[in-house]
Amino acid sequence: MAKRIDVSGLTAYYGTHKAIEDISMTVEPRSVTAFIGPSGCGKSTFLRTLNRMHEVTPGGRVEGKVMLDDENLYATGVDPVSVRRTVGMVFQRPNPFPTMSIFENVAAGLKLNGSYKKSELEGIVEKSLKGANLWNEVKDRLNKPGAGLSGGQQQRLCIARAIAVEPQVLLMDEPCSALDPISTLAIEDLIGELKERFTIVIVTHNMQQAARVSDRTAFFNLAGVGQPGKLIEIDETERIFSNPSVQATEDYISGRFG
Amino acid sequence: MKTDIEPTSPTEPPALASSRGTGRIGDKVFLGLSRGSGILLLVIMAAIAAFLTVRAVSAISDDHGNFLTTFEWNTSSRPMVFGIAVLVYGTIVSSIIAMLIAVPVAVGIALFISHYAPRRLATPVAYVIDLLAAVPSIVYGLWGALFLVPHLTGLYKWLDDYLGWTKIFEYNDGTPRSLFTVGILLAIMIIPIVTSVSREVFRQVPQMHEEAALALGATRWEVIRMSVLPFGRSGIISASMLGLGRALGETMAVATVLSPNYLINASLLDPGGGTFAQNIASHFKEADGPARDALIASGLVLFVITLLVNGAARLIIARRKEYSGAAA
Amino acid sequence: MSNAVIDKSAVAGDAPRPGLKQPRLPKWTPIGLALISVGLGCGIGVAGDLSSKTQWGLIAALLFVLISFTLTTKVEGSRQAKDKLATSLIWVCFLLAVIPLVSLIWETVDRGRTVLDGYFLGHSMEGVQTILPGGGVYHAIIGTLEQVGIATAIAAPIGLLTAVYLVEYGRGKLAKAVTFFVDVMTGVPSIVAGLFILTFWIIILDFDYSGFAGAMALAILMMPIVVRSTEEMLKLVPNELREASLALGVPKWRTILKVVLPTAIGGIITGVMLAVARIAGESAPIMLLVFGATGINNNPFDGAQSSLPYYVYEQWQLGNDASYNRAWAAALVLIAFVMILNLLARGIARWKAPKSGR
Repeated sequence: MAKRIDVSGLTAYYGTHKAIEDISMTVEPRSVTAFIGPSGCGKSTFLRTLNRMHEVTPGGRVEGKVMLDDENLYATGVDPVSVRRTVGMVFQRPNPFPTMSIFENVAAGLKLNGSYKKSELEGIVEKSLKGANLWNEVKDRLNKPGAGLSGGQQQRLCIARAIAVEPQVLLMDEPCSALDPISTLAIEDLIGELKERFTIVIVTHNMQQAARVSDRTAFFNLAGVGQPGKLIEIDETERIFSNPSVQATEDYISGRFG
Repeated sequence: MKTDIEPTSPTEPPALASSRGTGRIGDKVFLGLSRGSGILLLVIMAAIAAFLTVRAVSAISDDHGNFLTTFEWNTSSRPMVFGIAVLVYGTIVSSIIAMLIAVPVAVGIALFISHYAPRRLATPVAYVIDLLAAVPSIVYGLWGALFLVPHLTGLYKWLDDYLGWTKIFEYNDGTPRSLFTVGILLAIMIIPIVTSVSREVFRQVPQMHEEAALALGATRWEVIRMSVLPFGRSGIISASMLGLGRALGETMAVATVLSPNYLINASLLDPGGGTFAQNIASHFKEADGPARDALIASGLVLFVITLLVNGAARLIIARRKEYSGAAA
Repeated sequence: MSNAVIDKSAVAGDAPRPGLKQPRLPKWTPIGLALISVGLGCGIGVAGDLSSKTQWGLIAALLFVLISFTLTTKVEGSRQAKDKLATSLIWVCFLLAVIPLVSLIWETVDRGRTVLDGYFLGHSMEGVQTILPGGGVYHAIIGTLEQVGIATAIAAPIGLLTAVYLVEYGRGKLAKAVTFFVDVMTGVPSIVAGLFILTFWIIILDFDYSGFAGAMALAILMMPIVVRSTEEMLKLVPNELREASLALGVPKWRTILKVVLPTAIGGIITGVMLAVARIAGESAPIMLLVFGATGINNNPFDGAQSSLPYYVYEQWQLGNDASYNRAWAAALVLIAFVMILNLLARGIARWKAPKSGR
């Protein structure tokens, strides 16, 4: 189910502006990898290169290789659409489809990929909502609009929607930054469960969160405004937070800048 | 204190001291002026309905035909015989043709500008479409009569060859100044305005809804179907209604293109028919008092139709807003 | 556990997950297909002896859509094919719509410039034999300027004040009613506005045809447009500005006059100019109320006048080559007038945008 991601020499641009430069790393399957770093260091951009969402932005363009097990996402002939089906994504702000019900939201990705019998669809929706720890809260109102849920519930609905299509990898772009502490906790617990099944990459501004949920942590930084972001180091989360090998990481983590 | 505030209108800031007389008087005058303008607008609308009704009633009482069902517009003879049946038919048919052509094409162009065109092309195209929305209708009429009409004969012959058996598309070699031509011209006229409004709505689709669909592995078309069109539906409806309103009431362009004969033709391609606005324009110059009233009566019907269309559009939009606006 | 999940989804009708690489048609396919379809379209046109080039185009477009749909379904699968189909339909929409619109502008410019010159702009139709060349639009330009000017003088203040009422004061039933009827008023056909003034001003009050009567009808058409655009602009003014001023003890009306309106002024002017451009092209009410004239009448309050759009209609009705030429030339003048207003308005909007947009 889960795959390993192997990035080498990846550089991403917005038009002529180089957003991130020459990033290489490996993301282990069935683990949580957290990206931390100051604002503008390109961690979100890098995350979006992992499912080819970066090129959706006007002027967005990528050089380098991203291997998903043995397939390069950027090889010629690779369809971004099938990449995104394989690598799911959860966004900073919960974004359920406003005109769809809770059920339709979860089923949205499935309906794209083929025809399902109603009973099959119901089974998958239930399983996904259970997987997102949302089933008990919404099982009585599956036909109500998804936009009527609270922020935390909406975000879990989005996670359910993403895992319903059984992706190999789940990318999360600051999934808790728009949520209150209790909802955040719920999502963090959920991440702990989901890593049994998926390779998870999470961008976060909250270092405690990175320490709590992740197995490995990558620290990104940029030399100055307008400079491209770079990967400073990636290591076991414990090591990054106790004894990082680069001084800048320690400065950032102990709050001396950023 | 509380009893003091209650009687003052909530729209004014509660003044502590009544000594600030200038402010209060100024506020009152200004509020009066602006509220008065709003009321004036309502009065105008009411007056349009009232004045037209008065003249229409007098005309209909002079009518020796049936106002609704008579297939004739003879207001120069005495007694007058006239009815709006042909006009209702012509107005509705030409508008429906216009909508059937214009709405899909306009939505297509709007999507082209917002989602398909390369950026370098999208901006100028959008700009030009906006400018075209401002081209006066008489210019469309002139172009329609002198350029479009002669160029449609071939197409109509072709339609006749293949679809002539339906009777609707029968064509007998006249100059094609028919309801179908009117429909095409009206479609061309309203495409810019429908495009402008739809494009504006599509542009407001939150990026995050589109990204949600993309991240699920949707193709571009699926993104549009999942997030853009549902979000824009009420906008498309309101744009279409705006276009429909124009098509229903369009006068000069129709008057220049149509050759009216006051008959309901089975064929849409053969010349003939008429619309409310065109009928008024064509008969006005030779109309005397009572004949003018007859035209006013038909104008009242047009007014009511456009009122209904617009009112319906507002209701649809108001109801849609509650649903889709919530999370936006 | 994860294995169970895979199995379930496999049972659930999911075909074995395809790899990331999928067969794709080469990039030049659309262009190639377009060329082939155009070729075929022309071929069929010639073979079938179809006279109208429009038909050739339609056939080519249809062929293009069909061929690329079948080809993509075969090679890339039905989802991709639907996507391609949508893409080509949207391109076809764009091209189909662009052709008549470009032709409209082209014809007007091409035929209009034959008689458009200083003489044409500077003379009226007084004493000109309608079947002969000569004459001009001077009287119509005067008429249009005066009628539109008076209409603006009536409609702009009323529209502006109504918008202020709706945004700054409007709560309750009256405001709701005004909002609703402004929307409805936007849809009032110009001929109906003309008929209203006709009954009210000419039939009941028994005044004569005049530029002023036409201007009143134009004002009715203009008011709702001004209200809408001004409303939008006033809503963009941030509330903090109003609160800051009110907190200083400035009365509300002065706050509106000195803070709110100046902030939004660029957008308001733009809106008014676009409304002017809209009504400048209206001919139906002019026909009912101003009646049309061949000579110069500088007084909009007395007697018939002409106007540019109505002049176009009159010349078209005369139905001879000389009058057609005049009609095209007048249409060109009208379009130029409207376009210049539009461009100016948009220029002002862009120039003032950062101030009011924030």
